[in-house]
Amino acid sequence: MTALLTIIVLVFILVAIWQMVKIFDLAQAKVENSQVANDSDNKMNGYLMMGFLAFIYIITIVCFVKYGNLPLLSNSASQHGPQIDNLMIISLTLIFVVQTITQFLLHYFAFKYKGEKGKKALFFADNNKLEFIWTIIPVIVLAGLIIYGLSTWINITSVDESEDPLVVELYAQQFNWKARYAGEDNTLGKANVRLIDIDRANILGLDEADPNAQDDIITTELHLPVGKPVLFKMRSQDVLHSAYMPHFRAQMNCVPGMITQFGFTPTVTTSEMRQRPEITEKVQNINNIRVEKSKALIEKGEAALDRYEFDYLLLCNKICGKSHYNMQMKIIVETQEEYNAWIKEQKVFKNSLIN
Amino acid sequence: MSAHEDTHAHDDHGHHHKETFVTKYIFSQDHKMIAKQYLITGTIMGVIGVLMSMMFRMQLAWPEEPNVLFEALLGKWAPNGVMDADIYLALVTIHGTIMVFFVLTAGLSGTFSNLLIPLQIGARDMASGFLNMISYWLFFLSSVIMVISLFVEAGPAAAGWTIYPPLSALPMAQGGSGLGMTLWLVSMAIFIASSLMGSLNYIVTVINLRTKGMSMTRLPLTIWTFFITAVIGVISFPVLLSAALLLIMDRSFGTSFFLSDIFIQGEVLHYQGGSPVLFEHLFWFLGHPEVYIVILPAMGLVSEIMASNSRKPIFGYRAMIASILAIAFLSTIVWGHHMFVSGMNPFLGSVFTFTTLLIAIPSAVKAFNWITTLWKGNLQMNPAMLFSIGFVSTFITGGLTGIILGDSALDINVHDTYFVVAHFHLVMGISALYGMFAGIYHWYPKMFGRMLNKNLGYIHFWVTAVCAYGVFFPMHFIGMAGLPRRYYTNTNFPLFDDLANVNVIITIFALIGGVVQIVYLYNFFSSIFYGKKAEQNPWKSNTLEWTTPVEHIHGNWPGEIPHVYRWSYDYSKPGHDQDFVPQNIPLMEGEEELQH
Repeated sequence: MTALLTIIVLVFILVAIWQMVKIFDLAQAKVENSQVANDSDNKMNGYLMMGFLAFIYIITIVCFVKYGNLPLLSNSASQHGPQIDNLMIISLTLIFVVQTITQFLLHYFAFKYKGEKGKKALFFADNNKLEFIWTIIPVIVLAGLIIYGLSTWINITSVDESEDPLVVELYAQQFNWKARYAGEDNTLGKANVRLIDIDRANILGLDEADPNAQDDIITTELHLPVGKPVLFKMRSQDVLHSAYMPHFRAQMNCVPGMITQFGFTPTVTTSEMRQRPEITEKVQNINNIRVEKSKALIEKGEAALDRYEFDYLLLCNKICGKSHYNMQMKIIVETQEEYNAWIKEQKVFKNSLIN
Repeated sequence: MSAHEDTHAHDDHGHHHKETFVTKYIFSQDHKMIAKQYLITGTIMGVIGVLMSMMFRMQLAWPEEPNVLFEALLGKWAPNGVMDADIYLALVTIHGTIMVFFVLTAGLSGTFSNLLIPLQIGARDMASGFLNMISYWLFFLSSVIMVISLFVEAGPAAAGWTIYPPLSALPMAQGGSGLGMTLWLVSMAIFIASSLMGSLNYIVTVINLRTKGMSMTRLPLTIWTFFITAVIGVISFPVLLSAALLLIMDRSFGTSFFLSDIFIQGEVLHYQGGSPVLFEHLFWFLGHPEVYIVILPAMGLVSEIMASNSRKPIFGYRAMIASILAIAFLSTIVWGHHMFVSGMNPFLGSVFTFTTLLIAIPSAVKAFNWITTLWKGNLQMNPAMLFSIGFVSTFITGGLTGIILGDSALDINVHDTYFVVAHFHLVMGISALYGMFAGIYHWYPKMFGRMLNKNLGYIHFWVTAVCAYGVFFPMHFIGMAGLPRRYYTNTNFPLFDDLANVNVIITIFALIGGVVQIVYLYNFFSSIFYGKKAEQNPWKSNTLEWTTPVEHIHGNWPGEIPHVYRWSYDYSKPGHDQDFVPQNIPLMEGEEELQH
């Protein structure tokens, strides 16, 4: 019943707006004879163009001032992070300059050359020199960006096996993440979803006969030692997922039927990051918001929100179904000693099986 | 190419037989009527698509709060008025599909290619009127199927408009991947057939039916863009059709083109050896050119409208054509930039970065040429002109961030975040929509013989323009803060709590922007009946369509088809009394045609 009433109300509102527009329309029936722009239309819209230019500039400034302290442009926590951030800042600066100039020209010309009766436009159809200039400038700028971008890309994607990276598998399923450490031998055991045996708690489908698999360690939290290169091998058991670790400037899809990889070196431990002034400020701000929200919740008789504490996160960033929006895993970067202590506490694969 | 039209086409259409209601308004083979049919169907689909976006924007601003509108419109999908997570994904999916294909491909290209190609090249009709009619009715059928799919029991397709398998292939992965996805695929297959028929028709018509004197270098840029768009469509749409067919095989006949090694809901599926990455390649081989299928016609419309309303020739006509060709060529070799983090070989990523960033060059040339077209013009600020200027503005704003997304190293971190959403909505969503609005305001007199109310047009433009920036500009920043797209709610990540108020602002702009379209709809539909009667050439344009009578006749020109003696951009040419010289006016004695 409420549904029906809502629809009726909605229809009435639409009709009301429609009628208001109609009144506006009929009100000018006598005033206006021609529907082609006249001088006063040109003038009004010319000024509005300048107003709109101001609006674009204002919204740009407001966004940069209010939201410009972007987590993805600062406080990266991996070795390659600053390279990406630099490239991003250069690109953004370039975009900002080009945007400011071209929008100015566009809207200013629209204002400056607004039509007047009897005025004649300049017959100016072609100019090879101008065309050449604005072909060659983008060519040069883009050549620079391409070279810089590609060298960064190659740097990030080439995995140096000689550095003896820590090999970790990220395993995705609807709607959670698992991590598998390669154990003492630093070699992941063979695995395939066909070998999954839920009754024996072989949830990732490891090959029980493979000697490399015996010391593998499966966890639900990702711990990484600081300063040590990590090579992630991604796997998915059902649909596409994407392992997105924004603080480390890292992302790779998890594709059923194949193993993908991404490597980086974490450089800042979780506790160090929590102490950075920008992060504490951000966390403080978020907690203020949460306290405000909690007040409303408590009034409704619901539980208050927990206090937020900064943590690195692994998010799923490829649509994977109903609970896609809540597929996450905590990442903890710690010192080598802390990491060693943690990993020692975890069960190795051969001991985790249920017989 | 001219003689036969004058005689035989004239005989065919000139003395037309009595038309019934059915042959005139429903199964019409007249390109002008088909154009209107495309426009109205596209408009209806557009209303559905925009309503959907308003609904999921409300969910994003006020997550999981009971909303009486959801209860009314979504029924069982909003128990107690709280939107369900599955229907959120379905709304996002269908919004994308409808806007990209049904509104901005069929609604834009279908309307204006049909309306303008025969009129601007001087032809009596399309090469095949019958094929044209079939093309429209297949489009209509696919629209109906898409709308029907909204009402199936387990929900409509919800795997994102890119329908990546395995999510889209396995009903147990998602409710929407059952009957909803089957209908989606069937609808799209029919849509592609429709689009191919249309495209082939456009290509043949432009090549063969130009009137005497209408050389390729005298064609208005509208025709150039429609022509090249049709070529891109013919090259890329069949690939999507094959992807859809293979996906249907995987779904219904147990093949393994895109699936391998899947364990879901406690059981291992038999699929082996396929790869979802293959689907991504096939999808984006269409998907990327599709962006240009959407934006090129808008560019053509804007070029024509800008020249006409600036009372100046379009600046750099040859460079404009060259950049259309360059964009068309490059558009087919950049698809991999959607797949930098798909698991594709990083070397391939380098290649695609290179080709992608190259596209910025012809795009920049076009933008500069439009701006120069305004310089020292005598700008007539008709609503169509405003939308054209708005087009250039959003095209620049949206296009520039493409430099970031096309750069593989940078894409790692903003891939699939709201940064992408902001980018493509500005550069191909809003821009193409502006192009379409510009076209409608400009050619409405040609379509319906009446004028739209210009003041309503001004209100429509300015409110829409402010809202478009209000929605999509801040969206870049929540993307750069790392917020992934296609999240039903962000409340599970305290990390993003400080972005919640941005989402509210965006939603408010979106709602205003959506509601103000009523002004346009009112203007559009009421002017059909009550608008001021149009003159033959209200905007004082040069192109041939304005030499046809206001009342539509089958065959377009009552007598002989006019011959063409000049390009379409002789505005404010020195030596002429008026500031425009239609294409069918012979050169004056001693007058030189511009070497272009």
